[in-house]
Amino acid sequence: MRSLLARYRDFYGSHPLHLLVMLAGFALLGYIVATVEPVTLWNPQVWWQSIAVWFAAAIIAHDLVLFPVYALADQLLAATAERRHRSKVTALNYIRIPVLASALTFLVFLPGIIEQGKPTYLAATGQTQEPFLGRWLLLTAAVFGISAALYAARLAAGRVRPSSVPPPPDHRSDESP
Amino acid sequence: MSYGFPSRLWRALDRHRPPGVDLVQRWRSPLRGPWLTAVLGLVLLITLPIVILTGLLSYIAYAPQFGQAIPADVGWLKLPTFDWPTSPSWLYRLNQGLHVGLGLVLIPVVLAKLWSVIPKLFVWPPALSVSQVLERISLMLIVGGILFEIVTGVLNIQYDYIFGFSFYTAHYFGAWVFIAGFLMHIALKIPRMLTGVRSIPFRDVLRTNRADTRPEPPDPDGLVAADPAPPTMSRRGALALVGGGALFMAVITAGQAVGGWTRHTALLLPRGRDRGDGPNDFQVNKTAAAARIVPESTGENWRLTLTGGSTPVVLDRATLTAMPQHTARLPIACVEGWSTTETWTGVKLRDLATLAGVATPRSAFVTSLERGGFNRAMLQANQVSDPDSILALRVNGAELSLDHGYPARIIVPALPGVHNTKWVSSIAFQAGP
Repeated sequence: MRSLLARYRDFYGSHPLHLLVMLAGFALLGYIVATVEPVTLWNPQVWWQSIAVWFAAAIIAHDLVLFPVYALADQLLAATAERRHRSKVTALNYIRIPVLASALTFLVFLPGIIEQGKPTYLAATGQTQEPFLGRWLLLTAAVFGISAALYAARLAAGRVRPSSVPPPPDHRSDESP
Repeated sequence: MSYGFPSRLWRALDRHRPPGVDLVQRWRSPLRGPWLTAVLGLVLLITLPIVILTGLLSYIAYAPQFGQAIPADVGWLKLPTFDWPTSPSWLYRLNQGLHVGLGLVLIPVVLAKLWSVIPKLFVWPPALSVSQVLERISLMLIVGGILFEIVTGVLNIQYDYIFGFSFYTAHYFGAWVFIAGFLMHIALKIPRMLTGVRSIPFRDVLRTNRADTRPEPPDPDGLVAADPAPPTMSRRGALALVGGGALFMAVITAGQAVGGWTRHTALLLPRGRDRGDGPNDFQVNKTAAAARIVPESTGENWRLTLTGGSTPVVLDRATLTAMPQHTARLPIACVEGWSTTETWTGVKLRDLATLAGVATPRSAFVTSLERGGFNRAMLQANQVSDPDSILALRVNGAELSLDHGYPARIIVPALPGVHNTKWVSSIAFQAGP
C-alpha cells in the first residue's frame, strides 16, 4: 500500500515543503499587492506608464527580445568565425568581449547617450547630457582597439612561437624544433 | 514521464508540441549546467542581500517615523524604524554607494545567471504538475523583480523618468516582490545549489583550458545541452568574462561615490562630470532655477525665522555670520549613489535651538524657499544636537553659491542628501519631553 506522502507527491508533484514555501511566498505577494493597492499598479490615462506593465515588460524584454537577439547574433558570429578560422587563434572571443562591453554600456547608460529626460537632467544637475554619446563612442573605440591589439599580439606570438603543428614543407625549417 | 494532477492536461500538453518548440530547444552551449548556474547563484545569494538591506536601510534614513520616507504607507514591509545615526558621517554615503554601486556591478552577473537557466523557460510541456505551475509563477517574481529593479534604478540615477509612475513606490514595492521570489527560490534551490557548486572542484575549473573543457553530465533539470557544440571558451574563461564585466561596471561607476580624481572614471554617469575648480564647483542636486528661487527672496530681504520658544526669533544673514561659526568636513550623499565631501562653515543647529528658546529639541522642521518637492525636512533630536550639524553659510572658504543653497543650507552628518535642505527660510524646533 502506498503511503499518504507518495500519493500526495503524485498528486501535487513535489514535497509538502514545496507547497508550504509556495503558499508562504504567494501570501507575502498578496500582502505586498494589498499594501501598494492594485490601483497604484495601473495608470488608466497612459497605459504604458503603469507599474504592472513595466514589470511584465521587463520580463518580456529580457526573455523574448534581448536574449533571442544576443543568442542569434552570437550564433551568427560563431558560425562566421568557425568558417574563417584556419589559424590556431580564433577571433571569436576577441570580437565577443568588446561587443559585450559596448552593448552593456549602451543599454545601461542609454538615457544619457540618446539624451532622454533632458529637462529633469538639467533641473537636477544644471548640466546637459551632451558629452555622453561621444564618451560612449570613445569607450567603444577603446575596447575594440584594445581587443584588436591583443588579438594581433596573440597572432604574432602564435607565428613566432614554435608550433606543435608541423610546418608546411616549404616553410623555413630552422623555425620548427 | 510522470504527470501530477490533472494528469490528462499535462499529458495533452506534452503530446501537442507547438510548432518551432523543438527548434527553440536546440541549446548548444557546453558550459550550461548545474555547476555554472550554482556558482552564479551563490554569488548573487551573497551579494543581493547587501543590495536589499542597504535599500531598506535607506528607507529608514529618510525617517519614516515623521512620515517623510517615500512611499509613506508600507505596512509591515520595512525594517523596524530607528533613529538614523549621525555617526559615522559617511554612513549614508557608504549605504547608498553600496546599494547603487553593487546594483550596477551585479548587472552582468544577473544577465549571466539568466542566460544559464534560459533553457528552462522554453521547456515543453511548461509544467507536469501543480507544483511546477506554482514554481514557474514564483520565478516570474524573482526574474521580473530583479529586472524591474535594475531598469527603474538605472533610469532614476540618470534622471530619466520616462516610466511616468513614482520611482519610489515602484522601486520599493518592486523590491518586495523580488524579495518574495528570492526567498521562495532560496528555500527551494539551496540544496541544489550546494550540490551544483561541489560537482566540479574549483581547482579543476581553474586548471582546465578551452580545449579540455567538457560538458557537465546530463542533469534532471535539463540545463546541460543534449547535443553540445565544441566549447568556445573554458569555464574559467566564462567566470573571467562575467567577473570582468562586473569589474568593468565597477571601474566606470564607482567614481561617482568615491570622488576625488576617480570621479572622472564614472564616464557615463551624471555625477562623473567635472564642474571646475572653484569652491562651489561640486555636484549640484537641483539648481536654483529648477527650485524657482528668485533673487529678491535671497537678497537683503532674506530672513531666517526660528520658532519653538515663547516668541519667534527672526535673524538676518549679518546676524548669522556674527554668531560663533563651526566648520566641518562632511559628505553630501544622494540616494542615487553619488556623493561629494566638502568643508562647510556655519552656525550649529543646537546654537540656533538655544537661541530660539528650545534647550533640548525633540525635532526640528526645516522649510525652504524652494517651490516643489523636497522643500522641507524634519530632523531627529540626534540630528539637531550633533556638534557637526550646521546651518551652513559658507563652503570651502567661500560664500555658498545660489545653486548650493545661498543664503543658508542645512548640513547634517549621514543625512540623506535631499534632506540637507537648501535656501532655508525657517526652522521650527519642537521641545523635548
